[in-house]
Amino acid sequence: MKDTVESYTTPDGRTIGGVLMEMKNITLRFGGVVAIKDISFDIREGEIRAIIGPNGAGKSSMLNVISGFYKPQEGEVWFRGERRGPVKPYQVAREGIARTFQNIALFEGMTVLDNVMTGRITHMKAGLPAQALWWGKAQNEEVANRAHVERVIDFLEIQAIRKTPVGRLPYGLKKRVELARALAAEPKLLLLDEPMAGMNVEEKEDMSRFILDVNDEFGTTIALIEHDMGVVMDLSDRVVVMDYGKKIGDGTPDEVRGNQDVIDAYLGVAHD
Amino acid sequence: MFYREAGEFRTSYTDDGQTFPIAFDRWRYYAVLAIAFLVVPFVINDYWANAIFLPFLIYAIAAIGLNILTGYCGQVSLGTGGFMAVGAYACYKLMTGFPDINIFFHVIGAGFITAGVGVLFGLPSLRIKGFYLAVATLAAQFFLVWLFNRVPWFYNYSASGQISAPERTVFGLPVTGPATEPWAAYLFCLVFVVAVAWIARNLTRGSVGRKWMAIRDMDIAAEIIGVNPLTAKLTAFAVSSFFVGIAGALFFAVYLGAVEVGEAFGIQKSFLVLFMIIIGGLGSIFGSFAGAAFMVLMPVLLKNVLVGGLGWATDLAAHIEFLIVGGLIVTFLVAEPHGLAQLWRVAKEKLRLWPFPY
Repeated sequence: MKDTVESYTTPDGRTIGGVLMEMKNITLRFGGVVAIKDISFDIREGEIRAIIGPNGAGKSSMLNVISGFYKPQEGEVWFRGERRGPVKPYQVAREGIARTFQNIALFEGMTVLDNVMTGRITHMKAGLPAQALWWGKAQNEEVANRAHVERVIDFLEIQAIRKTPVGRLPYGLKKRVELARALAAEPKLLLLDEPMAGMNVEEKEDMSRFILDVNDEFGTTIALIEHDMGVVMDLSDRVVVMDYGKKIGDGTPDEVRGNQDVIDAYLGVAHD
Repeated sequence: MFYREAGEFRTSYTDDGQTFPIAFDRWRYYAVLAIAFLVVPFVINDYWANAIFLPFLIYAIAAIGLNILTGYCGQVSLGTGGFMAVGAYACYKLMTGFPDINIFFHVIGAGFITAGVGVLFGLPSLRIKGFYLAVATLAAQFFLVWLFNRVPWFYNYSASGQISAPERTVFGLPVTGPATEPWAAYLFCLVFVVAVAWIARNLTRGSVGRKWMAIRDMDIAAEIIGVNPLTAKLTAFAVSSFFVGIAGALFFAVYLGAVEVGEAFGIQKSFLVLFMIIIGGLGSIFGSFAGAAFMVLMPVLLKNVLVGGLGWATDLAAHIEFLIVGGLIVTFLVAEPHGLAQLWRVAKEKLRLWPFPY
């Protein structure tokens, strides 16, 4: 389906556009260990794309390749119709890719507000002298970006903890603040590394709701890694399945569910 | 008038982002400024200026500088003494090279030169962190002191190897040299302190400050949201060295008048300023002032009590003083690792509800 149609409408009425990001024949090695082996897949505009697989399958490595932490030895990364050269993570951020981490990577010493404001850094251009004197552009920029951050804060329902240092927050809220920080950057592509790890059912439901709302309201393309199969199958439009660094399945949740390789990878195969 | 938030409604983001959001705080701050500018100059005498106010103000600038680098950006530096020396020697060369220009600009120029040197020695921070960076800055400390000792051009080939500040005036009043009135020197330093504190506050509350703190708290996450670690760290080194250079220039030109580099800007100076920010509070402008006040006042106070009050011999008191200051620092850090600024913050939190905490 994906090769023949440029854009299509999902059963629930959202429009999925053309290809936003394409990974072509990515291979990533650490010394002799092959973490990712010749994987290709694409992410289309507006969709929720899940990457699943057993532990050690190379999912997080794949996310790190997308966000510029790892440089694949082979293969090409295409983003918005252009091939990406060798980049640093902060350049990837400026291209419009934001992410969250499996283990929360917030700035513990700063307040929630400051953390979310750091997400706007790629949008703040005032020079050092203007900031030193708190003059003109620096101040206007601060207020304009603060207004945007407040919308994100409202959206994720964390108004009450705005001025609390992040170090004092419970785990579930930290995850939400991290999502807020990523969202504040207004990314074209949002990468979520296990957004629901370690959460209870209510927190997972909240987080799922936020992910769907983000996709729905801002039209943000989302790529996520998640272990909770129920969540993945419910949320995502298409799923990539990895095992031992190889791609073993790709397609809609239903297609993947019926794939024999995937079933084998998750349930194991009898050796006889 | 109590310390209260109740009844204060902030209706714009500008209001919410100001330095002293609570009215009581704001008025207290204006009162301190007014006293510093309008009352102290009239009552200050030689002893108060040289023993307390000048060192306090100058160390406060140095502490703010180091706090930006270490407290806000998380890059440990043991090179403060060396960078102060750069400021002092730059100021000296500017004063003697361009005698017609106002000393005010010499001090600023010394700051910029030090900023350049700071960036140079900040380059290793891109590769190394923590203790290893501290050792690299330690190398800067020793190298700079050695340089100013060995290259006669820096001290204008004077026979003693010292540099001494010629008389320079601001609005016709001498602020350096032996004819300086204590209040003039005090006001000259105070202007710099207020400006430095204001600039430091502006930088740390805006996006530059958030970049620094992001690098401090988690550099990987900082990079992933678009902070270029190269520019963030180097701006921290530049701004920090700028302030430290100003402090060095004032320390030499206004406070001491004549300087021998190894004595005035040795490694102990680096440690002294580092103690100030640790005791005062890392990552806090107020903490820089509190730490500077603590480290300047404590020895003076002890000396007055031991020699003046108890009548001990001066040399005995001087040694006991080291013991007591050291002991106090240790006790203090055990009791409150986040420094005086944290005590102040806790006191303010309590005051908000006092006297009815429930």
